[in-house]
Amino acid sequence: MSNTILNIENITKSFPRVIANKKVTFDIKKNAVHAILGENGAGKSTLVKILYGLLEPDEGNIKLNNKDFKVNSPAEARKQGIGMVFQHFSLFDSLSVKENLILGIDEKMSYSDLENKLENISSRYNLPLDLDAPITALSAGEKQRVEIVRILLQDPQILIMDEPTSVLTPQEVESLFVTLNALVKEGRTILYITHKLEEVISICDTVTIMRSGEIIDTSSTANQTAKTLATKMLGQKLDDLKTNYGHIKDEVNFEVKNISCDFNDPFLTDLKNISFQVRVGEIYGIAGVAGNGQSELMDILTGENINIKSGSITFDNKKIEKYGPQKRRDLSISFVPENRLGHSAVPDLSLSENILLSQFPKNNFIRNGIILKNNVDDFANNVINEFKVITPGNDAKASSLSGGNLQKYVIGREISSKPKILIISHPTWGIDAGAEHSIRESLIELSQNGTSIIVISQDLDELIEITHKISVIYDGNLSKPFKTSEIEIEKLGLLMGGKNE
Amino acid sequence: MNSLFPSIVSRSQSLGLMNFFVPIISIVLTLITGSIIFVLLGFDPLYALYTFFISPISSTYGISELFVKATPLALIAIGLSYCFKNNIYNIGAEGQLTMGAIFGGGIGILFHDTNAFWLLPLMIFAGAIGGALWGLIPAILKTKFNTNEILTSLMLVYVALFILDYLVVGPWKDPFGYSFPKSRPFSESGRMPLLFDGLRVHFGLIITLFLIFVSWFIFSKTIFGFQLKVSGYSPKAARYAGFNQTTLVFFAFAICGAFAGIAGLAEVSGPIGLLYRDISPNYGFTAIIVAFLGRLHPIGIIFASLVIALTYLGAEDAQLFLQIPSAVGFIFQGLVLFYLLGAELLINYKLTYKKLL
Repeated sequence: MSNTILNIENITKSFPRVIANKKVTFDIKKNAVHAILGENGAGKSTLVKILYGLLEPDEGNIKLNNKDFKVNSPAEARKQGIGMVFQHFSLFDSLSVKENLILGIDEKMSYSDLENKLENISSRYNLPLDLDAPITALSAGEKQRVEIVRILLQDPQILIMDEPTSVLTPQEVESLFVTLNALVKEGRTILYITHKLEEVISICDTVTIMRSGEIIDTSSTANQTAKTLATKMLGQKLDDLKTNYGHIKDEVNFEVKNISCDFNDPFLTDLKNISFQVRVGEIYGIAGVAGNGQSELMDILTGENINIKSGSITFDNKKIEKYGPQKRRDLSISFVPENRLGHSAVPDLSLSENILLSQFPKNNFIRNGIILKNNVDDFANNVINEFKVITPGNDAKASSLSGGNLQKYVIGREISSKPKILIISHPTWGIDAGAEHSIRESLIELSQNGTSIIVISQDLDELIEITHKISVIYDGNLSKPFKTSEIEIEKLGLLMGGKNE
Repeated sequence: MNSLFPSIVSRSQSLGLMNFFVPIISIVLTLITGSIIFVLLGFDPLYALYTFFISPISSTYGISELFVKATPLALIAIGLSYCFKNNIYNIGAEGQLTMGAIFGGGIGILFHDTNAFWLLPLMIFAGAIGGALWGLIPAILKTKFNTNEILTSLMLVYVALFILDYLVVGPWKDPFGYSFPKSRPFSESGRMPLLFDGLRVHFGLIITLFLIFVSWFIFSKTIFGFQLKVSGYSPKAARYAGFNQTTLVFFAFAICGAFAGIAGLAEVSGPIGLLYRDISPNYGFTAIIVAFLGRLHPIGIIFASLVIALTYLGAEDAQLFLQIPSAVGFIFQGLVLFYLLGAELLINYKLTYKKLL
């Protein structure tokens, strides 16, 4: 037991409608890099937030160096020797590196003390820093370095890194790994949260795999391959599959060809040469772990972003890549972005008013610039009745509806205009099982009536249940499509983890 | 032990009916605070409040003066609500008002010896154009260079004021004006007709009521009003809907500028009759309070403009009868805004005292 630093025992944490951690139990060895691997929503973040004092567990206990460990805030966690580097940095852009470091540490320190300490840390761990540079002038990798140094100033025993490579260039990743190795050599422990299989195998000693809040396995990475990890991460999802391909026509009505897009922003993923085709009546799924270019791709498919570097989108033999959202709707293309509140619906407006966000030519909502309120209200009432939206009436504010009801309403609004193609992102994200079921049913029914559908989702179960074809997006690259009925889950897992053989 | 300072937490449900009461609550609190100030200054609070708020409007003339002051306030405020609904913070209505007065007044000076039916309409039109052009400058800066419209529109106020200053001491100075910094008077047909003999309330009031009605129609019945509202509530939703936000910014600024410009022209061609330095007692800034006190709603703005106009009149009477500096009027305006923002915050958020360990 002497080489175990952290014992996690029976940690359970539930949120309304979901159990994020179910009796999570595992040990973390001292002086090692320990990976926690899992899909989105597997419970990784909840677990590390508990360790870092941001969340309180419902049950279970944690021992640090065989002593009970309970913290109520990140400051306490840091005092006990646990530091965390978040995926999104919390630095003041307009201040210098030095000022950020001084502000970020809990104890008082003079600039000269700081500089002495820093010199030591920088050389020991390969973390060179220009102390006087303003944060705005730094690259994502350098900002991350500032965050790591800030934590190291407090001499932590355990360093939690949340998806540390997601914003880094390949060179920066290399240099981060050098740093991590140096830290481990010094006797520190690193808890490495990731969904990238390659990284687990190359730099981690032990891996804990989580799926739907539970620990699937904790083992040494020595005898694991990307394949075995992928299978454990995703589990068996191909149980009762009843995909129906009968109604799909041969005719392609939506084609994306070689779309590339650069953003010059470390928090956005550049899209690289994306191509795919959707046939009439087909449901095309795009799987992938969050942050691999899904929302960037969605903006391009909806026309909210028309600044692409190259490539084309063809719909019904028309080039539409330069069309804005309204022009695409005029061609009977309909979209539902991921966020309900503030994107596909305005929370402060009534359900009726929310209808007007998405107007198709045949709707007849407006004459000479004047809103025909009766038509809009009728349409809203129809959506409410047909899609069984629970609400006091069409004048209720969108914010008063539950997530599931609002999503049913938004999707109902789009479906009711009988689009030729529906492009939808995360259709059942964050909603209850009943609404989830009814939304999936309506999508399947819609496709059977001849509408093509593109579904972007992180929820593999969902994609396998409703789609006919699936591609995987990873780091802005889209894989070739696989027929859902013949898909190998292992292959999907490898692609989602960035391994493409 | 609880912490000393509260933290502000969003209310999950906003208190619907309270929205209506916010302006009333803030006015009541303003009166209470005002009485306390009067007591501290050594006045009988009831007499002071009477002098401030009742005596100015206890005559026909007083009521006419109330409308004279309320007219520009309401007109500018309704223009501002096009911007504020769209979450554009145009603080420069005073400059747009000044530019409207310069453009419209310029026509008036050019035709100072012409008496024709078309003169006033032409002046009003020029005033609207002047204000709109001045409003479009921050719109261009915002959409092309992503500048903050609060700063640019505010700075342009002073540019406009200096241009007016230059004109009335320079090229447009009245040649028969004994070197006073003022222009020639406009001809009779370049003046706003008075509505009643012997009272100063003028045709600008009718224009204002008409434009308020038009704005009500635009806000509540047209897709343009809807687009303004959506892009104010959520720019992302507006982008999703395919509304062109650049166009909306331009329209909002142009309309607001035009309304302020008409208000400025109505001042110089109404009660004033010529151009000089101090054509507006900060109507353009005070109208911001009016717009928010009226909750950006046409009817609300009518009432709010009357309340705030009263603080102008009250300040004059207080100076006359109580020898209190007329700046007290600004204190009342400030108090209303302060309580308004405070009440608004408390409607949407609550204060909680976190437990300290």
